[in-house]
Amino acid sequence: MTEEIIIAGFGGQGVLSMGKILAYSGVMQNKEVSWMPSYGPEMRGGTANVTVIISDDRISSPIINSFDTAIILNQQSMDKFEKTIKPGGLLIYDPNGITRHPVRRDINIYSIEAADEAGKLGLSKVFNMMVLGGFLKLKPLIAPEYLHKGLQKSLPVRHHNLIEDNEKAVEIGKALLKPVLVLN
Amino acid sequence: MGELRLMKGNEAVAEAAIRAGCDGYFGYPITPQSEIMEYLMVEKPHERTGMVVLQAESEVASINMLYGGAGTGKMVMTSSSSPGISLMQEGISYMAGAELPCLIVNVVRGGPGLGTIQPSQADYFQAVKGGGHGDYHMIVLAPASVQEMSDFVKLGFDLAFKYRTPVLILSDGAIGQMMEKVELFDPIPRRTNEEVIRQCPWAATGKPKERDHIIITSLDLDPAGQEKINLKLQAKYRQMKKDEVRFEMIQCEDAEYIFIAFGLSARICQKAMDIARAKNIKVGLFRPVTLFPFPAKAIAEISKKVKGMLVVEMNAGQMIEDVRLSLDSPQKVEHYGRFGGIIPAPDEVVSALEQQIIGG
Repeated sequence: MTEEIIIAGFGGQGVLSMGKILAYSGVMQNKEVSWMPSYGPEMRGGTANVTVIISDDRISSPIINSFDTAIILNQQSMDKFEKTIKPGGLLIYDPNGITRHPVRRDINIYSIEAADEAGKLGLSKVFNMMVLGGFLKLKPLIAPEYLHKGLQKSLPVRHHNLIEDNEKAVEIGKALLKPVLVLN
Repeated sequence: MGELRLMKGNEAVAEAAIRAGCDGYFGYPITPQSEIMEYLMVEKPHERTGMVVLQAESEVASINMLYGGAGTGKMVMTSSSSPGISLMQEGISYMAGAELPCLIVNVVRGGPGLGTIQPSQADYFQAVKGGGHGDYHMIVLAPASVQEMSDFVKLGFDLAFKYRTPVLILSDGAIGQMMEKVELFDPIPRRTNEEVIRQCPWAATGKPKERDHIIITSLDLDPAGQEKINLKLQAKYRQMKKDEVRFEMIQCEDAEYIFIAFGLSARICQKAMDIARAKNIKVGLFRPVTLFPFPAKAIAEISKKVKGMLVVEMNAGQMIEDVRLSLDSPQKVEHYGRFGGIIPAPDEVVSALEQQIIGG
């Protein structure tokens, strides 16, 4: 099993930390992982993306240009990464702020209205975990107990009181997922 | 099994330095390697092992602090990225001349000049051919993973003291910034002063009555004396070529073609290899791990068994010169490179193999 994922959105949406929690949970579950951020001259409010690879085998290149899954959280990232998904692959996106919806017909597409829901529930800090929940519902690569360990490892100890909220957000995210296009 | 962590390459270097028993880190911040000193500052190794971490006023100051520390037999290191490493060249040459051990980490970014902060391998020549003035080499280690960023810190210090020489880890911005699983080695206690005196009889550790002064210098105005120093250095480099060559070969047994690549490029070639093999192109990967000493003999041997070789680098063609010098007879060797911070994509490398080697 190898899953190649791009997570892309605005800086501040928790894109990099979502990737880190996913990768660290993979380490706890004894998978091989790599986490490769875009680290260019980005600034706050600019775009941010991270490539996460989770595999049972040694990972070759941490830098890739096509993906099994793209998790897309803003329009710029939709424009840039929709075309990089492998045929038959998966696109999950939050429609909040999206003006041009996906056009591909050879991939599975799901939407997740996590930004709205997080705002309503006053849980905007864990918006990214709702999105991660949506992903894990479709691709259960990480068992819940390892996600818990991954959270413990990736969050600083002073934020360990937030682990419960993070796990709750994952469950909320699973329920928010809506199919847009599902291939047979 | 050691402790498992998910770490950036830069963080792994810093943690490995503490665990290797390093006595002092001296550096100056520059992207994309600033996490090394940041991690050390947060971790406060002074409280863990007594290791000193100091932000110097410049790269020139850091390398000269290494000269001083190494002169007393201490295990010292610095890190920087390309422009900063250029600033250190005078000091590195002095350390090679004075036979002082130290570890230098270059997390390479695109150049020339201030260039870019994106990854590159364009400092190969500077690393393996000298960089500073005079006839000298450093041992150059090229990590291709976060695990090796950690492991090579320990290996680098071992080699630095074994040969009394500066050792350079030639990494790049991508390996510095990416996170992977690392198995950390168990901490080694810092050497006591008594151990330093015993293990480093050449070091300036204070003059007891029974021996002469120890003078650490790279200066000898008498040409005969200076030639003697040069001969000693050259003998050392020959010894390294005999004993310290390291490389990795992946799927070379049945290969008709070979990628030759170091560091991040080798990882990209591994993926390219998978893509090519799915198309029934039998390609293997030869990865030099030490860039000096260079695995010349092994490359000469494998070249005889294959139809062609593609050297893939994130530069305009640097290691390929050493590959060509390794060969006994002309071979089909071509170069594929991207520069200025652009990382070649795996399928791009496969196309290059098809066009330049197989079809060319």
